[in-house]
Parts: sequence; C-alpha cells; structure tokens
Amino acid sequence: MAAIFHGVGAAASLSLSPSNSFDSNKSVFSPRRSFSARKGASFAVVRSEGTVNLNLKGRRAQQLISNAVATTADSIDASSSSKPGHELLLFEALQEGLEEEMERDPRVCVMGEDVGHYGGSYKVTKELAKKFGDLRVLDTPIAENSFTGMGIGAAMTGLRPVVEGMNMGFLLLAFNQISNNCGMLHYTSGGQFTIPIVIRGPGGVGRQLGAEHSQRLESYFQSIPGIQMVACSTPYNAKGLMKAAIRSENPVILFEHVLLYNLKERIPDEDYICNLEEAEMVRPGEHVTILTYSRMRYHVMQAAKTLVNKGYDPEVIDIRSLKPFDLYTIGNSVKKTHRVLIVEECMRTGGIGASLTAAITENFNDYLDAPIVCLSSQDVPTPYAGTLEEVTVVQPAQIVTAVEQLCK
Amino acid sequence: MATAFSAPKLAAQPFSTISPSSQDRPLKIPFLGSTRKLRCLGSSRLNLSRRPSGPVVAVSDVVKAKKPTQNPSLLITKDEGLELYEDMVLGRAFEDMCAQMYYRGKMFGFVHLYNGQEAVSTGFIKLLKQQDSVVSTYRDHVHALSKGVPSRAVMSELFGKSTGCCRGQGGSMHMFSSEHNLIGGFAFIGEGIPVATGAAFSSKYRREVLKEANCDHVTLAFFGDGTCNNGQFYECLNMAALWKLPIVFVVENNLWAIGMSHLRATSDPQIYKKGPAFGMPGVHVDGMDVLKVREVAKEAIGRARRGEGPTLVECETYRFRGHSLADPDELRDPAEKAHYAARDPITALKKYLIENNLAGEAELKAIDKKIDELLEDAVEFAEESPLPPRSQLLENVFADPKGFGIGPDGRYRCEDPKFTEGTAHV
Repeated sequence: MAAIFHGVGAAASLSLSPSNSFDSNKSVFSPRRSFSARKGASFAVVRSEGTVNLNLKGRRAQQLISNAVATTADSIDASSSSKPGHELLLFEALQEGLEEEMERDPRVCVMGEDVGHYGGSYKVTKELAKKFGDLRVLDTPIAENSFTGMGIGAAMTGLRPVVEGMNMGFLLLAFNQISNNCGMLHYTSGGQFTIPIVIRGPGGVGRQLGAEHSQRLESYFQSIPGIQMVACSTPYNAKGLMKAAIRSENPVILFEHVLLYNLKERIPDEDYICNLEEAEMVRPGEHVTILTYSRMRYHVMQAAKTLVNKGYDPEVIDIRSLKPFDLYTIGNSVKKTHRVLIVEECMRTGGIGASLTAAITENFNDYLDAPIVCLSSQDVPTPYAGTLEEVTVVQPAQIVTAVEQLCK
Repeated sequence: MATAFSAPKLAAQPFSTISPSSQDRPLKIPFLGSTRKLRCLGSSRLNLSRRPSGPVVAVSDVVKAKKPTQNPSLLITKDEGLELYEDMVLGRAFEDMCAQMYYRGKMFGFVHLYNGQEAVSTGFIKLLKQQDSVVSTYRDHVHALSKGVPSRAVMSELFGKSTGCCRGQGGSMHMFSSEHNLIGGFAFIGEGIPVATGAAFSSKYRREVLKEANCDHVTLAFFGDGTCNNGQFYECLNMAALWKLPIVFVVENNLWAIGMSHLRATSDPQIYKKGPAFGMPGVHVDGMDVLKVREVAKEAIGRARRGEGPTLVECETYRFRGHSLADPDELRDPAEKAHYAARDPITALKKYLIENNLAGEAELKAIDKKIDELLEDAVEFAEESPLPPRSQLLENVFADPKGFGIGPDGRYRCEDPKFTEGTAHV
C-alpha cells in the first residue's frame, strides 16, 4: 500500500504504522522494501488510514481514494494494542530518544532556553530536568552564541551536549560558534579534539508565525565543513535520528519542524537508530523521483494521492540527510525513473534543493531524460497573512502540476 | 589577611545558598542560579563582607603592602623564581625567533607576538596542573609554551609542518594540545570565551553529576581589552557567575586593539569593575610584574578550585611589538612604549632574584643559553620536518569520516581509496 497522508497542526493526529511485512505482490500499490538491508539500514514504508482536519476553514480532507490507499484488513486495526510497538507523538519520540540516550550515557546533557523547568517550548525535554537534575538539563540565559559555544567547549572536554535552539532561527545568533568552532575545531586542532555535539530545534514555516520565526536555516548551515545535517519527519525517524546524532562523534544539526510535533505513529519498543547518512524510501515508484524532506514530505504524499489517481507512479524519497546527501539511494532512483522533482521548503536561492540539483546533475546527468525541477519556497520573508504564507511554500497542487509537466 | 577577594567564608557545598538566614531551612534541591537579592534592604546597610562578590580593589596596592610586613619570607622560593624566569625567557626568545623566521619567509599569514606580556602567561599558567585548561586567543604561542607544549611542536606548527602540534592544520592562531589541555588558539576575538566556559562547565559536571569526587579542574580564559566590548564576554561572565563555574577570566589589557586605543573604544575603561556587576570579584593587577600577577592568580585559581566561582582579573600589560608582524605600529606614542619598556617583566624579575639572593647572574645567563639552544633545536626540527602530504587533506574534517556520506556506488566515501590520497572530491 502506498502511504499517503497529510499531517499538520496541533489538532491533527495520524496513525501511521511501519510495515513489517514483505509483500511480494508486484502491483504498483504494494509495499516493497526497496533495497536489501544495506549496512543495517531500515526503511519505514508507512501506511495510514483515517482522515484529517486539513486547514483553517475546517473542511474535511478529501475522501481517501480506495484504490490508492487500499487498506488491508490488518492495517485497519493499526492502532490496536495487539500490534507490537507503542504509539506516540513526534515530540514524545524525540523525548524518548533523548531520555534513553541520557540514561545510557551519563555524559549526555541538554542545554538550552527553557529546556529544564519549563520542559522545552515544544515539550521535547518534558520532565527530564526532574529526572536528571538541573545541571544535566540546563536552563540557559538568553545567550545563544555563548551557550552554543559553551556546549562546544563542554563537548571538547568530554561531555556530549545536546544544544536546543528554541527556534532554529535563533541559532543565527550562534552562527559564529557553529561555523568557526563547531565545524572547524576538529580540523584546526589536527584531530585532537572531537566535538560530539547535537544542535537541534524546530524550524520551518509554521502557522503565521511571522518572518523571523519561519526560517529555514539548513540553507545557511549547509556550507559549513565539518558538520552533518539531518532533518526528521516522522516519529520513527525522529527518535532514530536523535539517538544516532547523540551517538555520533561528529557535530550534527538535527532539524525538526514546528508543524510536525504532533504526528502520531507506532514505533518499535526495542532500541533502534536511523543511519545519519541515509535517505528514506517513502513510496517506491516508476515514473518520477520526488526528493523531499521534513514537512514537504507530507505535501508530496498528498500530491501523490492525486497523482496516483491520475495514473502516475511517483517514487518518493525523504532525503533525511541534508548534508551529506545519500547519493546511492538518490542515484538508484534516478537511474530507474530518469526524472527528478525536488520539493523543499528552503528558499529558491542557495537552498538544499539547489545543492541537490547540482549534485544530481554532476553525478547522474546521463540518466536524466528531463531537466531537474526544483520546487522551493519563494525568496520572500514569510508573510504573516495566512493567504500569503500559503503561497510562499510549495503546495500539493504545484507538485501535481510539476509532475505532469515532467512526465509529458 | 586582607585580600582583594573578601568573599564571605562559605560552607563547603559549592552551591548552597549563601544568605545566612536560610541555613536553618534544610535544602531539598540545590538551587542552580543567582543567590543575590533583587533589592538591597537599604543601600546604607550595604555590608561589603556579606556580598558574594568581593570589593573592587587594585591589587597592586595590596600586594605592595604585603611585602614589607612579611619581612624575611619572600614571595617565591629560588626554584619557583628560576622556573618563572625560564618560562618568561622562553616566551620572549621564542617570539623573537618567530619574528626572525617570519622575515626569512619560513612562516606566513598573521603572526601575533607576545613580547612584553610574558608576566601574565607565566604568572598564571605556572600555577596550573596539567589537567587544568587554558583557552587563548590568536596571541597564543606563549600560552602554549607556558602550558607545556614543546617548543618543537609549536615551531613546527608555525612552519606549517606535519609535526606541528596541530599537524600544520591550525597555524599561528590555532594552537591546540589535548595532552596539555590547551583548548585553542582562536582567530576571532571573544569566541574562545564560551569554549572556556564550556570547559569549566565540564569540570563542574564531572564533579557533581559524574561524581568524580576530586575533579577540581580550573579553566583560564585569556583575552584582550578589545574583547571586553564584545557580547560573548558579558554573556559568559553572566553564565559563569550564575553557575559558579571554576573559571578565571584573565584580561590582558595592553591598551591597544590593533590601532584602536582602549580609551577610544570603551565607555568605562576600567574593565575590572565589570566583574562585580555580574557577581564576581573584579581585580586589577600590574601585568608587568610577574610576582604580583602570581599572587592574584593564586587567589583566583584557589577560589575557582574551591568552587567559589569565577573571577575577573584585569592585567595591565603592554605588547612591545605591533599587533602582528604586519602591523607598522605607527599610532602608539613612543613615550608610552618607553614607559613600558622600562618595566620589562624579565628585567624586573631578574633584578628581584639577584637583589634577594635567590639566584646569581651566572645562573640566569645559563638559563638564557639553555633557552637559546632549545630554540635552535626547535627551528632545526621544524626546518627538517616534512610538509603535510596531500593525503592529510581530508583526514580530520570529521571525527567519524562516515560524515562525508554515501557515494553513488553505495559505499561510504571515506572507503574510497582516493580519500586516503586526499584527491577525492567531496
């Protein structure tokens, strides 16, 4: 079954269940585990059911088209407790990952504004201060540059800090530390000091938060040598990436999205991580490769519903690793479909999409039947007005049109 | 004993609340934060000895007053004196050698020399243990040497050779040594101060969370007068005082930030006064006198070790050379330069040692000679060391080279043999 869902907003909640079955049905709509387990990777092919309250006007979502999301009998009771794993929201998944790592390694600590007593402005660190103490879950004063630097200094001297930016945009104030120290010090010290820091926070365009709270910093940070960037999009990969980032010896920036914190999914009980450098196959297909990450994944999947109805078969990949790109997964897809559409929330100029376009052109030009199409947000400071904000980001209708154009 | 740090004598706990009235209430959870009252109960009742921060005092007066009363006992022993002398001579000779080598085309880029400021480095760093950390700025050669990094390693690093302390990848402004706990070397001013705060935080974390009972490592952050107008400085003063981190902020006020006089850049040029605003003692000391610096350093480092929190020490010092070897140094008044040249810290210490019969001329000359030979050896070593090969290019970008990602062929890029050759394109 193809996974098609749309999940945003505080009121919405979705049930997603990872597919554990290996269905050898060759039809377009069958779930396939696309690549054999490479380096212990796990791909989640997600299924969904249930409708969602989509937008501000309160209209019900489009009725799910039965032949696009053919729900089988066992997925209907996806939320029943007889299935393995446990259900939670994305922010709870992040918290769970963080808590497990803090229990596992006493050197893991959290620093940020309002992470302690307040529990985190998006509740990712809820209750952690009570459990681990004020020093391990440190409420910092409002001094991003300095407390990020403090995190870097602590990382260099043996701790494993997780620095939270209350909003990713605030980390612009920490750019000095992130670029000069976080990215560079391992190199300029000749390898003597490692900086196993995780810098995380919510970013992206929310619901009328205004220009400064709606920034996408991945485009600014991507050039910094020495750091890795990942973006989570589901509870499963949120927890997995959080854990992998904390365990990594490299500095990792984990991008979360303000609108995705309340996604619900059933995740495994056992310990797992998601590989930091790998992309995630969301929906295998044949006609066109759609590369996306973070919130745009959901717009793409919604567009995919429409596309499938119209007879297209898009392959959707959540690139997850924004730096470095997983050129293997992406390349294999390009070699299969020969058409690429990139859908991102970054700005048009110098965003992740721009880099990805360059990388694909450099490496897979011979396999392309058409120029790469990149749908990005407008180069506009995000307006407050809802109608304007809606058109600054890519909407599913644009994605459908773009695929139709590409596949002509 | 009058010191500049008349903080009230506290009970042993590093973060118990200070106000005496709370001692009868049992503490449940230690409060990690400021214990200063928001409002004084009438400013006329301000009792200096009750305040958590000490009064602001020019220590040079205090130390000067000390000496006559301790008649027979001097401030240092002979061994200590020779150690200080040797360290300062090493610093001076090394920097002079750097200048020579730079003009001979052996080292490049921006090189910032420390001539004249040796008393600060020696006075502070010689009191540290190996596990204590030092964070410096771009004027870091002498801090590295005082901390124990071998001259050979520093000289090679300056020559850009692979035997340098940072494998030639850091250069003059990025001296690091994990063995000696020298955490940089930073090119932008102020950006090392948060890193130092983090190192101090680690030390406190080790003691209180990881329960490493005897962890009392202290961090020293060195920076200049120009940095004291930078936001990171103030943000870190706040955090360090708030959490009582074991750190000493050492301001090397040499009155000039390249060509900007401290007086032209700072609304209140008395930097030490900024400490009490954050709840820590602010001390001013004559940075051309290594013994005075050492006395202050002892107190400040002792405070940090005991968990009493940070101190801000302003050392009034001077750099005899320009800001860097590229600086023509035309703006500084020759009279000012002459004034400080007359107070050369090495000459002063030499005089002290000889007058107090701690060492003779011959002994000191022997040390001079020893340092000269050491430096000759360091230069020779650096000359003969190999330049970094191309294969070194990509080695230290990531601690875990998987960070370069997965290439089109499905393998991690770091497994590509071109990686070890340094010719891979990433």
